[in-house]
Amino acid sequence: MSALRLSAPEDTSAAPVSSALEPDAIPGFTALPVTTLEQVESFGMNLEAMEYVHRPSTLEGIRNVFEIARIGGRKVALRGAGRSYGDASMGRETVGLDLTRMNRILSWDPQAGVIEVEPGVLLRDLWRYCIGDGWWPPVVSGTMFVTMGGALGMNFHGKNNYRMGPVGEHVLDFDLLTAAGELLTCSREANADLFHAAIGGIGMLGCFTRIRMKMKHVESGLLSVDAYATNSIADIMQKFEERGNRADYFVGWIDCFARGKFIGRGLVHEANYLHGSDDPNPAQTLRIENQELPDTIFGILPKSILWRLMGPLSNDLGMRLVNWAKYTLSSTIGNHKTVRQSHAAFAFLLDYVPNWKFVYRPHGFIQFQSFVPQETAQDCFNSQLQACHNAKVIPYLGVFKRHRKDEFLLTHSVNGYSLALDIPITARNSERLAKLTKELTQIVLAANGRFYMAKDSVLDQASARTYLGADTIATFTELKRRCDPQNILQTDMANRLFAGFETS
Amino acid sequence: MSLPWKRCIVVGASSGIGEAIALKLGQQPGVSVALVARRQEELERVKKAIESAGATGSRAIIYPHDVLNQAEVPALFQKIAQDLGGLDLIVYASGVMPLIEPDEYNFDKDLSTVQVNVLGAVAWLNEAAQRFERSKSGCIVGISSVAGDRGRRGYPVYGASKAFFDNYLESLRNRVARFGVRVVTIKPGPVDTPMTKDLKKKPLLITADAAAEQILTAASRGKRLAYVPGTWRPIMAIVRFIPSFIFRKLNF
Repeated sequence: MSALRLSAPEDTSAAPVSSALEPDAIPGFTALPVTTLEQVESFGMNLEAMEYVHRPSTLEGIRNVFEIARIGGRKVALRGAGRSYGDASMGRETVGLDLTRMNRILSWDPQAGVIEVEPGVLLRDLWRYCIGDGWWPPVVSGTMFVTMGGALGMNFHGKNNYRMGPVGEHVLDFDLLTAAGELLTCSREANADLFHAAIGGIGMLGCFTRIRMKMKHVESGLLSVDAYATNSIADIMQKFEERGNRADYFVGWIDCFARGKFIGRGLVHEANYLHGSDDPNPAQTLRIENQELPDTIFGILPKSILWRLMGPLSNDLGMRLVNWAKYTLSSTIGNHKTVRQSHAAFAFLLDYVPNWKFVYRPHGFIQFQSFVPQETAQDCFNSQLQACHNAKVIPYLGVFKRHRKDEFLLTHSVNGYSLALDIPITARNSERLAKLTKELTQIVLAANGRFYMAKDSVLDQASARTYLGADTIATFTELKRRCDPQNILQTDMANRLFAGFETS
Repeated sequence: MSLPWKRCIVVGASSGIGEAIALKLGQQPGVSVALVARRQEELERVKKAIESAGATGSRAIIYPHDVLNQAEVPALFQKIAQDLGGLDLIVYASGVMPLIEPDEYNFDKDLSTVQVNVLGAVAWLNEAAQRFERSKSGCIVGISSVAGDRGRRGYPVYGASKAFFDNYLESLRNRVARFGVRVVTIKPGPVDTPMTKDLKKKPLLITADAAAEQILTAASRGKRLAYVPGTWRPIMAIVRFIPSFIFRKLNF
C-alpha cells in the first residue's frame, strides 16, 4: 500500500492518474489514498458522509477526478460551498469533487453587465466584483457564501422570485463537463434540453465549468425597506396581492410559536430599488465598503461570538421568547418604519450572525420548505403550522415568500407561495420529528405543492415521484443516461430520491 | 439490547466470541455487519444465522480473509467501508492460543500467536483508527484477555500478545479520544469457545453468547475497559498485586 498514490490531496490538476498504481491487493478493487479521506457534513449538521475529497482548480483537474473515480470503481459527488441543508452535495464513500478552488472570474463587461465565472466563484465574489460598476446579481440567496456552480445546480431563488424567477433565468450560457468527458456549451439555443435540466439538475448531469450570466443594473447601492406586521397567513397573502407584488423584494417572517387565533402571525419586509434622485450620492452607496456587513454589533461586540451568546436561547422556551419579542416590537414601535439598507445588508440576512447554525448543535436541524400554489397555500400553511403544534415540534424560524413558475425541468417553483420552517433536532424529538415531516410532506403533496432540493433531507422516492411526476423523472433519467452512461455522478440525495437513477 | 452502531466489521466472525458478537449485531434492525474470517463455509453459516434471525433491514456480508495476510488489509478495509456505506464499529476478535505443554518451547506456535493476536490486530485497527480520526466518530473494540495482566507459567507468548494488545489499545485510545473516537479493551476470562476447549482449568467459564452480550453492553455504555464477566476485575486487581517472588511459586 505504501506507494499507492492516485493524486496529491491538494491539487489534482496535473497529477498523473494511473502512473503510481500498485498491483491490486484485492482483485478488481483499487484502494484510494487515505490522505484524501474527509468527513463532509450537511449544512443542517444532521447528515454526514466520508468522501475521498479532491479539489481541482482546472478543467483538466476535474477530468482527472472522474478518471480516479473510474479506476477506483467509485461514484463522484459534486460539492460547492456545502450550503445545501441536506444531502444534496454529499455521497457516502464517493470521490468528492469539491469545486471551491475553481474560482476565477473569467470576464466582466461593465457596459452590458455580463459576467463569466468558474463554478467555484462565490456569490460574495460576484457581487463585490460588480457593485462598483452599478450592477447587482439579479437573484441572490439568503447567504452570499454559496458557489455559483451550486447556485445553478440547485437553481436558487431570492426574495424577488415572483418578479425575477430563479437564478437560471439570468444565465446566458454555460459549459458542462459531462461525466462521460464531453464539454458541452448549453444555452437556450444550443443543447436547450440540457440547459433546462442541468440548471436545477442537482449535479447529476455534469459539472459546470464556465457560467455566463447577466447582472441587474442598479442606480443606487441602497434599497428602501418597509417593514410591517401581519396577523395571519391569509393576511400576509392579501398584503402581497394588495401591495407586495409591486415591490422589488418581498419576504415574510412567521412566528411559528403563535397558535390559536394568532397562528400564522408575522412580519413582512418589502424592499424597492432607488431610482434617479432618490439616492443623492449613488457613487458612494455603490462602493463595496458601504455594502459590507459590519463585523460588530453596537460597534464593539464582535459578531463572531454572537452565536455563543444565543446558546441559552436555543431551546423551545428561549425561541418562543425571541419570536414573541420580535413580533411584538416590530408590530408596535417598528410597524411601517421605512429605512434604507444596502443591497448586501437586506439580501444576506443569514450572514448577519456568523455561524448562527451552531446554536442547533449538537444534533443539527432541518429546513422543511414547501412551495404551494396560490389557491391551496393558505390552508396548506395553516395545516402545517397546526401539525407542528400537535406534534409539539415547533420550528424556530419560519420564512414566507412569493414565487412564480419557471421553465426548468426539476424546478421547485409554483405560481404561489413558499413556507420554510427551520426545525431543531434534539435528543428527544427525533421520532416525533420523523413522523411530523412525513405528515407535513403529505399535507404539501395534497395541496399540489413542491419541494426544493437545496433544503430537503426528509423526502422519499414516492414523494419525489408524486411532486415531480413520472414523466419529468423519466425525461431527466434519459438525459442522465446520455450525459453519464456509467452513472458516475451520484449523491446521497440522488440515492434517496431517485434510487441513484439505477433503474427505470 | 439496543446498540448505537449501524455499520460494523467483526474480524474473526467465524467462531467463538467474534461469531457471537456478529450474531448479536446482525439481530439488530438496520445493522450491516461485515463478517471477516479465514473459513468461507463458517462465514456462510454465520451469515445464514443472521439472515434467518430476520431483523428488518439488517444484512451480513462475508469477506474471507486470513489475518496473516496483512498486506491485503488496507484495501480490504476500504472496500468493506465502501460496501457498508461507512463504518461505525470494528471488533477485532481474532485470536489463537495453541496448546503449549509446560516444558514446551515452540517457535512456530509462538509465531502464529503473534501473527494473529498482535500483527493482525495492528493491521486492522490502524486502518480503523485512521479512518475514525477523520470521521470524528466510531468505536474500536479489541478482544484482549485477562491473560495479559500477568506473565504466567503457561502460555508465555499468548499472555505477552494480550499484554501487547492491551498496551496498543490504550495507546490508540489516547491518540483518538480527542477526535471523539472510542477504544474499548475487553478482557474476558475463559469463554466456552473452540479456543478454550482443550484447557484443563476454566474458572468462571461463561458462554460466548453471554460474553458477547456483556461486551456490546460495555462498549455501548462508553466503557474503556471491561472484564468479562465483571467478577474478573477484583480478581485480577489482586492478581496484579501479588509480588513476583510469590507469583513464581503459584501454579497457574
